[in-house]
Amino acid sequence: MSDLRDLYQQVILDHNRKPRNFRKIADANRTAEGYNPLCGDRITVEATVEDGVVKDVAFQGAGCAISKAAASMMTTSVIGKPETEVDALFHRVHAMLTGTNGAAAEIGKLAVFAGVREFPSRIKCVTLAWHALQAALHGAAKPVSTE
Amino acid sequence: MTRNAFATPSAPNGVWDVERIRKDFPALHQQVHGKPLVYLDNAATSQKPQAVIDALVAYYTFDNSNVHRGVHLLSERATEAYEGARARIQRHLNAASPREIVFVRQATEGINLVMASYGRQFVGAGDEIVISAIEHHANIVPWQMLCEEKGARLRVVPIDDRGDLLIEEYAGLLGPRTKLVAMTQVSNALGTVTPIKEIIGLAHRHDIPVLVDGAQAVPHQSVDVRDLDCDFYVFSGHKAYGPTGIGVLYGKEQWLERMPPFQGGGDMIKSVTFEKTTYNELPYKFEAGTPHIAGAIGLATGLEYIAGLGLEQIADYEHELLAYGTELLSAIPGVRLIGTARHKAAVLSFVLDGVHAHDLGTILDQQGVAVRAGHHCAMPVMQRFGVPATARASMAFYNTRAELETLAATVEGAREIFA
Repeated sequence: MSDLRDLYQQVILDHNRKPRNFRKIADANRTAEGYNPLCGDRITVEATVEDGVVKDVAFQGAGCAISKAAASMMTTSVIGKPETEVDALFHRVHAMLTGTNGAAAEIGKLAVFAGVREFPSRIKCVTLAWHALQAALHGAAKPVSTE
Repeated sequence: MTRNAFATPSAPNGVWDVERIRKDFPALHQQVHGKPLVYLDNAATSQKPQAVIDALVAYYTFDNSNVHRGVHLLSERATEAYEGARARIQRHLNAASPREIVFVRQATEGINLVMASYGRQFVGAGDEIVISAIEHHANIVPWQMLCEEKGARLRVVPIDDRGDLLIEEYAGLLGPRTKLVAMTQVSNALGTVTPIKEIIGLAHRHDIPVLVDGAQAVPHQSVDVRDLDCDFYVFSGHKAYGPTGIGVLYGKEQWLERMPPFQGGGDMIKSVTFEKTTYNELPYKFEAGTPHIAGAIGLATGLEYIAGLGLEQIADYEHELLAYGTELLSAIPGVRLIGTARHKAAVLSFVLDGVHAHDLGTILDQQGVAVRAGHHCAMPVMQRFGVPATARASMAFYNTRAELETLAATVEGAREIFA
């Protein structure tokens, strides 16, 4: 099961068990829902943005280990960053997952998701929270779907 | 269930010779991720026996032509093979006439045909359609569409915690407003076998016609539409060891005669002028355009293949697999079976504490075990049991006890990864 260890690394299992920022934000000024119709995973991402800076991000919902860990680690990666940097980070994560960017440069601990590239049916589990965050930041009215 | 003496060549000693039967299915003999394939996704689609593959190849190699029009030899052969397939399927279902066998793309299209044709003719504002809480989306959404269009109302028969229909509640829903009952014979998500004959009988007391979704029944048991006395019966070829893209709608002639066509085009007409078109007779009235000729031949071949193995014997063997699989999975701490109906088909839908079905599906796949992880196109069922998704192992007569042991061992392994 060596490939499985690449997918389910300890960091991911830890975030699955104890997701960070798994809560509501009382004074959130951005929110969006993400939905993956293939597996039924549903996630709500809330954020507080002030002067173009993401002051706080949190999520709630049910999902697989990959989607929960991805959401958890997303929140810890983007809190305190300007929106533009968040966008750029998402593009780097996406590039890593789809293999358009060989090196996982400037992605920090999110490189732990590189193993998901070998499991194409699971890539959307990682991007679900990111798509929801993008929708929250850029004001999509409808729930975003991975499809 | 009665245990008949095994009489097929595959089971000469009263023992189901599964290893010999597996030889008929080329796709089973491969490795995935370096492990022997354990195919337990039969409720999604079944593998195909060599006889079906050969029938498709033979048709395209020798007889390929269009049906019902050419005067040339190939067209005659294709027409004979296509109509022959219809007659073979008629006999398999014990329908009264080949006029009652309409070829469609799959069960979904069969239901949509009845919705569009019967529904538009016989359902009006304030009328009701009765379905159940364990239907596949294919037997929910078309009726919602019809209800929206007509101002009709969808009534849903509830289930208990085992996944059995509450028959008294069902009986209470039937009345003068009910224009159709559309009910599954076997639930794809839970494996529940519904008391379909009783369901039909109760509806008929009020002269309400019944459509049966037999997509999960035809592959695993004998079906006699005249004994059931259903008014419509649909199933898909690809779950019944035939090709994709072909399915059957059985309809009682008395209903099909009174229903308007579904789609317009060639083959479904007798004559066309710009002033008036006369529709063709049954079943062609419902078969517009060139049909899936090879598919029909392949489907008839698939049904003959399982009839040759013995439908009673198939049901008995799959029951043994179900009992063994239930025992193995129930013994794993943290496993909860979703769907424990009194009468069940060989479907094991389950969740594992602390491990999402999607993760379980990936872990199983890495060990060569193919299961479905998700909502099984039955999201209301998932809601009823308060789970977002389940892992579902669905068995066929070519699965083995050893394969179920691999399934159980891998589920145990998943627990350890997430421990």
